Amino acid sequence: MSEFLQQIINGLSLGSIYALIALGYTMVYGIIQLINFAHGDIYMVGAFTGYFAILAGLPFPLVLLLAMVCPAILGMFIERVAYRPLRYSPRITALITAIGISLFLENLGILVLSPDPRPFPQVFTNPPFQLGQVTVSIPQVLTFGVALALMVGLTFFIRYTKTGKAMRALAQDLEAAQLMGVNVDSIISVTFMIGSALAGAAGVMVGILIPRIEPLMGIMPGLKAFVAAVVGGIGSIPGAMLGGMLMGLVETLTTGFISSTWRDAIAFGLLIVILLFKPSGILGKNVREKV
Amino acid sequence: MAMKIDVSGLKKYLLPAGLAFLLLINLFLVLEFFGVEVIDRYVKGILILMQINIILAVSLNLINGVTGMLSLGHAGFMAVGAYVSAILSIFLSKSNLPEVLLFPLVLCAGGLAAAFIGMLIGVPTLRLRGDYLAIATLGFGEIIRVVILNLDITKGARGLPGIPNYTNLWWVELFMVLSVLVIWNIIKSNHGRALVSIRENEIAAEAMGVHTTYYKVSAFVIGAFFAGLAGGLFAHYLGYISPKSFDFMKSIEILLMVVLGGLGSLTGSVIAAIVLTGLPELLRFLQSYRMVIYSLTLVLLMLYRQEGLFGRDEASAELLRKWLTPRKKNHPGGEAGEPTES
Repeated sequence: MSEFLQQIINGLSLGSIYALIALGYTMVYGIIQLINFAHGDIYMVGAFTGYFAILAGLPFPLVLLLAMVCPAILGMFIERVAYRPLRYSPRITALITAIGISLFLENLGILVLSPDPRPFPQVFTNPPFQLGQVTVSIPQVLTFGVALALMVGLTFFIRYTKTGKAMRALAQDLEAAQLMGVNVDSIISVTFMIGSALAGAAGVMVGILIPRIEPLMGIMPGLKAFVAAVVGGIGSIPGAMLGGMLMGLVETLTTGFISSTWRDAIAFGLLIVILLFKPSGILGKNVREKV
Repeated sequence: MAMKIDVSGLKKYLLPAGLAFLLLINLFLVLEFFGVEVIDRYVKGILILMQINIILAVSLNLINGVTGMLSLGHAGFMAVGAYVSAILSIFLSKSNLPEVLLFPLVLCAGGLAAAFIGMLIGVPTLRLRGDYLAIATLGFGEIIRVVILNLDITKGARGLPGIPNYTNLWWVELFMVLSVLVIWNIIKSNHGRALVSIRENEIAAEAMGVHTTYYKVSAFVIGAFFAGLAGGLFAHYLGYISPKSFDFMKSIEILLMVVLGGLGSLTGSVIAAIVLTGLPELLRFLQSYRMVIYSLTLVLLMLYRQEGLFGRDEASAELLRKWLTPRKKNHPGGEAGEPTES
């Protein structure tokens, strides 16, 4: 039982990282129907920004802030240069461009930062504490706490601000929103900015949770976070949070009770099962196809 | 936009050009019997990989370009074909079967195994549309890889060594030409028109009496078969395979060939496969900058030539003339990338 609870704790902290990345995927997909394959690499950029900021001796809150600002700028820049010119072209073109950007960021990372994994400097050296029968480490609490705070903040932003309202309007009907006077370009920019900032925060969090970073670290978490977004219902913000948590839990439970080598198969198996029985995801709305 | 296949172009110019090229390679190979070595091992290796990639690109084009189903798991089928044929030929190499008989046999077995897996995957997932289908195929591709990683018979992550090196240029040429011919004929048949109608408008196709599920699954299964075949050739060329060779990036690499060549354009796929296999080799002098330049080229190409090199047209002399005649006639001061009405 305590083993099970322990895996739940591990799963929640890993899941909050997936949830943060999945939010970026789901927000972008909800508005421009693009699977932004470069999103996983934005997360990598966040991790490295955090790495250099800590090496420079900055305090942790500042590190987190910087690791959100730099990816946010990068995300907006990528959108402006690579995705905006293709907004009205076939979707596959934008998809391939996203893959190209992803390859570019990965290989630039290998070129500039070397392909070798680096240890992420540890900021929190406090020993883990006992909570009943389970052991909880400071990074785990922090990851979960920061993710929770960011998600609550995002929910309020989407629900109560004018920009948030505009984002919801764009997701519902881009053209109608444009006719109502919403500035489509700048709202899409803001979407990329927020999504990338969340991915950057996830990058720092994963650095202190699993202290090993490398330029290709974004590929697998990126894919899994996207899967999490689909499982939760793509386009739905609570869905991405739920999907991310679910993905984290499934992964740690598989590692703990079955075998770590089957971990990825179970994660993708979950996706297939969800897609077959409820293609729109757990919290997604079913859109009927019209002629 | 109406679908235009310029058959005369293929027959008149490209086919003879391609055949002439193949003939030239064969001539070089024949010369080798007499001790004159024209192409070295390195070039031969690239030529073999190019043709394997042609089979992969053409087979994915049937699924992706012609039928319009975005599939991101093509490397999975390749893996199934590679492993099945490799294990079979390791097992059968102790028997007295001559290579001429054994090799096509194991390749076909690999292809059939891939086709079978393709059907298992296709029947439930092809109900999904667009991006959901893409993600489901991606998931299945990864699952195939993880299963291979965990089985005993495939030796898991260490990879499978000791596969007999049956693949040479002759065999690859034979299977490449066969694959292209078969797929070309499928596209031009009734069956192919049904597939195109699904791409153009699935609901309308269904309303006109096209059994969409049957046709979609058939395209998927045929594409998987040829991917399995290519996997078998790949395994018997390298002599060693590991699950790493068939990951998500390999699927993406094949997809790039299809999209760059133009969705639905077979000749485009062939040319893009040749270019994308050769380009990294040509860029070798750039060393560590190579992949950065490669990915940047890809993004720029997508930004400035969105429909791929050939769009949906097949390569032909006429298309070449259309490219070469500048658009200055209509627009003296117009931008180069601007589409012009004619």
